[in-house]
Amino acid sequence: MTQAASFTIERTQYLNAQGRPTQPLPAFAEDRDTLIDLYRAMVLTRTFDAKAVSLQRTGRLGTYASSLGQEAVPVGVAAAMRAEDVFLPSFREQGGQLLRGVRMVEILLYWGGNERGSDFIGPREDFPICVPVGTHAPHAVGVARAFQLRREARVAVCVFGDGATSRGDVYEAMNFAGVHRLPVVFVVNNNHWAISVPRARQTAAETLAQKAIAAGIPGTQVDGNDAIAVRHVVGVAIEQARVGKGPALVEALTYRLSDHTTADDASRYRDDAEVSARWQEEPIARLRQYLSDTGQWGKADEEALIGDCASQVDAAASEYLAAPALPPTAMFDHLYAALPSALTEQRVELEKATNP
Amino acid sequence: MSEITLVEAVRLALARAMEEDDTVLLLGEDIGVDGGVFRATDGLIKRFGADRVMDTPLSESLFTGLAVGLGAQGFRPVVEYQFMGFIYPAIDQIVNHAGRLRNRTRGRLSCPMVIRAPYGGGIRAPEHHSESMEALFAHIPGIRVIIPSSPARAYGLLLAAIRDPDPVVFLEPKRIYRAPKEEIADDGVSAPLDHCFMLREGRDVTLVTWGAMIVEALAAAETLAAEGVEAEVIDVATLKPLDMETILSSVGRTGRCVIVHEAPLSGGVGAEIAAGLADRGLVNLLAPIRRVAGYDTVMPLSRLESSYMPTEERILRTMREVLAYA
Repeated sequence: MTQAASFTIERTQYLNAQGRPTQPLPAFAEDRDTLIDLYRAMVLTRTFDAKAVSLQRTGRLGTYASSLGQEAVPVGVAAAMRAEDVFLPSFREQGGQLLRGVRMVEILLYWGGNERGSDFIGPREDFPICVPVGTHAPHAVGVARAFQLRREARVAVCVFGDGATSRGDVYEAMNFAGVHRLPVVFVVNNNHWAISVPRARQTAAETLAQKAIAAGIPGTQVDGNDAIAVRHVVGVAIEQARVGKGPALVEALTYRLSDHTTADDASRYRDDAEVSARWQEEPIARLRQYLSDTGQWGKADEEALIGDCASQVDAAASEYLAAPALPPTAMFDHLYAALPSALTEQRVELEKATNP
Repeated sequence: MSEITLVEAVRLALARAMEEDDTVLLLGEDIGVDGGVFRATDGLIKRFGADRVMDTPLSESLFTGLAVGLGAQGFRPVVEYQFMGFIYPAIDQIVNHAGRLRNRTRGRLSCPMVIRAPYGGGIRAPEHHSESMEALFAHIPGIRVIIPSSPARAYGLLLAAIRDPDPVVFLEPKRIYRAPKEEIADDGVSAPLDHCFMLREGRDVTLVTWGAMIVEALAAAETLAAEGVEAEVIDVATLKPLDMETILSSVGRTGRCVIVHEAPLSGGVGAEIAAGLADRGLVNLLAPIRRVAGYDTVMPLSRLESSYMPTEERILRTMREVLAYA
């Protein structure tokens, strides 16, 4: 018997849960502004999530998926991307969307039931969030294939959750990306819970990163509560993909401190003790501790940031609450490039019912 | 100009579209060097290269989603399924993404893709190779469903489908892939995507059908013509959006209508046409609207296939019943 193949999966961490470096930091971390930007983006995301949840609880927003405790993943990913890259998020990557220029009011419009929320003014080629789990992974390889065919130095970046790795679409997408060495990076936002099903019930594989190995592409793990590590590891993968060195999968290990969505009650299936323990590892306190320990952040900075985030979020909420609904006939406006005549009658009927 | 088959017309239209527009790409299984299981893409890889005629791994959901991504990036992918029976893993991508990307982004992103699949019975193919499930697709918002029934219509409709800015499901009746032949001028002229085709004019009864069933429908019309009864035969061709105007206008003249399809009776597109006639053409009807269709059974294997498919005899019997109403 001979060995036909073997693999190892590495895990990268720069800051531990106490905010102390566990190894020399990557070069970008020497720049205070870069670190502060990561920190600000995470605080803004958490402030935004809290506002969205409160809007939902008071009947002014639909179901919403908070990213509480996972902010470092989307923020680190988006910080590693270039503007011309294309982001394909699932439904818990608002932190990354905001960093890419999606406006807070647009995210609120979407969850508030208005399609205009996905007509981003900012990143026009980024995909809207994907609700059917993992079904956007094939889109990412399509986008990457478009870049490859046009010989553009751009990368498609696709984020999905741990549950999505059980779906065929995710494997099929990685498999195809491997065959054609496409410029695409897949990121598993492993928050350990797919609604009520824990990671251990999702798969017997030791890591989700190793699922990439079967598709012939490299897979690695990163501490998903360490924004520096996420930005660095995903950044390396993106830059490799950009220069034709092929796709990669990064499994970011984090934890969903919130319910799955506002329609969920995690206390039905998850111990409070587990959640409390995980609060000790959350990403924002960790980076703040490091910034503070290294004299880059003080109390006044923190107070100013909190005030700034609150006012940005409040302004977005006000704009959202003041935004009118689309007229009912809007449901026909972008169904096709031009409405087929067979549908005119239905549109007229709706218009009459709306304005009798 | 020479006579060509329906599958050759498909190839001619694909080549024409690729010649005209660099963004047109073909994706599917065995469509490259092998030229596709029915040879619809034969020789195209040589002419246009492997970047534009791409063999995909065996994963229908993947290549459909891939086309969604390519479409959003401005390409015009044409994906081929070897048989309709293998398209179902892709329905998630068609319903949840291709059909709604334009709407959910208010026109920011769109999916100008064509989904090609041979369908239907009558060639004694193995299990899962003979179904007619067009009604599944006709129910999906945001897409078009087209079924050509002759080489010329295949050429014109496929060109139109590729040039259309929205997703089009293009189902090819494989029983008539190789016969009859028809002369086609490769002139790049497309056919309209929202009109039925009048195959035969007649004053006494309207026969509405599509796909390979036009063979039996036209034969039945000829048989009745010998008895002095003139049937109007309509090839629906564009099942979604459905051109009810042409059908209503015909039935308005004849007062009688028989709908023929290979697909199972219940919930078929024939039911939608009958409902449209009842809704807007009832006053013109001289007889009940009748359907001749496949049974609500699993498509049998080849030994019983001919018992499942509507025959000229079944169509004639039903037409005579409809004509018997005073």
